[in-house]
Amino acid sequence: MSDLQLWTLVFVAITFSLYIYIAYRSRVSTTSGFYVAGGGIPAPANGAAVAADWMSAASFISMAGIVAFSQNGYAGSVYLMGWTGGYVLLALLLAPYLRKFGKYTVPDFVGDRYSESARMVAVVCAIVVSFVYVAGQMSGVGVVFQRFLGVDTTVGVIIGMVIVFFYAVLGGMKGITWTQVAQYTVLIIAYLIPAVAISVQLTGIPVPQIGFGQILEELNGLQEDLGIAAYTEAFTQTNMLNMILITGALMFGTAGLPHVIVRFYTARSVRAARYSALWALFFISLLYTTAPAIGAFSKFNVIEQLNGTPVADAPSWFESWSSVGLITHTDTNGDGVINMGAADVTELAINNDIVVLATPEIAGLPAPIVGLVAAGGLAAALSTASGLLLVISSSVANDVYYKKINPRADEKRQLLVGRIAMAGAIVVAGYLGINPPGFVAQVVALAFGLAAASFFPILVLGIFWKKCTAKGATAGMAAGLATTLAYQLWTIDIYGNSDGIFGIQETGFGTIGMLINFAVTIVVSQFTEKPTPVMQQLVEDVRYPGKTELVAAHASGELAEEELHGETHHGEHEAR
Amino acid sequence: MDPTQRRAYWRRNLRLMAVLLTIWALVSFGAGIIFVDALNNFSIFSVPLGFWFAQQGSIVVFVLLIAVYVWRMDRLDKEFGITEYEQEVHHS
Repeated sequence: MSDLQLWTLVFVAITFSLYIYIAYRSRVSTTSGFYVAGGGIPAPANGAAVAADWMSAASFISMAGIVAFSQNGYAGSVYLMGWTGGYVLLALLLAPYLRKFGKYTVPDFVGDRYSESARMVAVVCAIVVSFVYVAGQMSGVGVVFQRFLGVDTTVGVIIGMVIVFFYAVLGGMKGITWTQVAQYTVLIIAYLIPAVAISVQLTGIPVPQIGFGQILEELNGLQEDLGIAAYTEAFTQTNMLNMILITGALMFGTAGLPHVIVRFYTARSVRAARYSALWALFFISLLYTTAPAIGAFSKFNVIEQLNGTPVADAPSWFESWSSVGLITHTDTNGDGVINMGAADVTELAINNDIVVLATPEIAGLPAPIVGLVAAGGLAAALSTASGLLLVISSSVANDVYYKKINPRADEKRQLLVGRIAMAGAIVVAGYLGINPPGFVAQVVALAFGLAAASFFPILVLGIFWKKCTAKGATAGMAAGLATTLAYQLWTIDIYGNSDGIFGIQETGFGTIGMLINFAVTIVVSQFTEKPTPVMQQLVEDVRYPGKTELVAAHASGELAEEELHGETHHGEHEAR
Repeated sequence: MDPTQRRAYWRRNLRLMAVLLTIWALVSFGAGIIFVDALNNFSIFSVPLGFWFAQQGSIVVFVLLIAVYVWRMDRLDKEFGITEYEQEVHHS
């Protein structure tokens, strides 16, 4: 076992024991504890949990690389702005009001505010989006185990499943939240230490966000010498329209993702929900402002150390990452030298993941830090996976089983169903992680478009427009989802490979789908039966913090179905 | 709160949101994308300004926007005498 593997093992063992200990300490016995941690998490902790939940294996491992290497540099800004800007929308438009509404899941809000058929559409969307996402996390766990410890990917995924099983099934949302606080701490330390070290090494400035500026001019020069557009130049491959639409789809999608929204239900109060959003974005911004700096440093190092270097003289990290297939050198002209250049002439292919994983090695940092990065990658993947699994489990147990199949189920039984659903979801997620469908990577990006086109408009209108009707919302959700899905299937490479309309990329169409959803919901609402007076009053009450009788009565389930949705709404509920 | 107060509270809330969301759109879609080329003629921390907004500045402004929102809403709540936050934990 090498030094590096030993340190990785040490850090993984320490962090995993910590997670299990926390889970054991925060085990729960009520549905409210299981779904929303009893609504009693203080704001900074909740913010750290949101941040860990949000920052996935992809954010931690791949994002810096995507920004720096997939295009010239500027185009990656869509991810940086898109995945942070959505939190402003969440904080201002959704979090405080959904917290006041006081339910467990996004489908719960949709079902209560609109109708039972809307609830079912929302359940299906929430489960599909979550499974797509969780598959990527589980395979991320396998990849980290394989690269750093040399164990088989399958074994890695199974270890991950066992850990998540332990703390998610036992502790529900409470266990998950406190574990995520620990995981955020691990992942941000693991991300910042190498970033600071490499920034000092290259620029002498210990703040990567400032050191970033010192490197850009040289990097621009290096890229131009290679015949690539300058790092900072805008619109070299992605045009302005697509930049706007993709950024928009990621922002509105973020604000519509069920596993993020549900986190604001765990806050103590409306005020705590607002503060949670602030803490969350602050914690996220630490990583998101560092990522572009790491990307630029790493690209600078790679070009500087590799371009024009004979293969025999290349630094040792080149060798070690080539051997696992993350760097590929094809000696097209047979001169034994690594020649870099524009996409069509370069001899070097670099996997996006290498940027973060190899940074410590490229910067020549000691083995313990490499081990820490591995533990950070695992923390990012596991925390996101557990949050998603909770959404799946609560959707099945609360929205389907309790609300549809057996409304008479007592607390104990609901909790049991929740735990069984969680266990089932972990097994499916593990299977998807071991045998990832080839299109997962693409589908994850598309999931944001779907969330933007389906959930965001009806959540916002449900709060800000009292007269938004059930039929309007259902029609809007269906129209947004259908057009976006159809466009994505039509244009995405693996299915259609068409240029689309006005060259709009499939990842950006979610913004258009969202506008369609808004338009359809508003128009149909004009011509359909208005919400009941009780419902309109409830929406009105949700707008003000502080205790209101009606909201309290609704949250504790004391309001009758007829009062909320009108007499003729559902036959099946009249039996109650 | 009586209905008049409620309307006043809600209107102030909406006005705050409108201002903050306008800034939100201006720094991201505006400075980071639409006006990026023009802003790149200037620089901050030796980074071209438009590029800086796209990769750093917009994120920093987003955090500040939520901070201002939280701060102003606290003040608004206080002004309207809303204090019973911590008792309102209720879930079905």
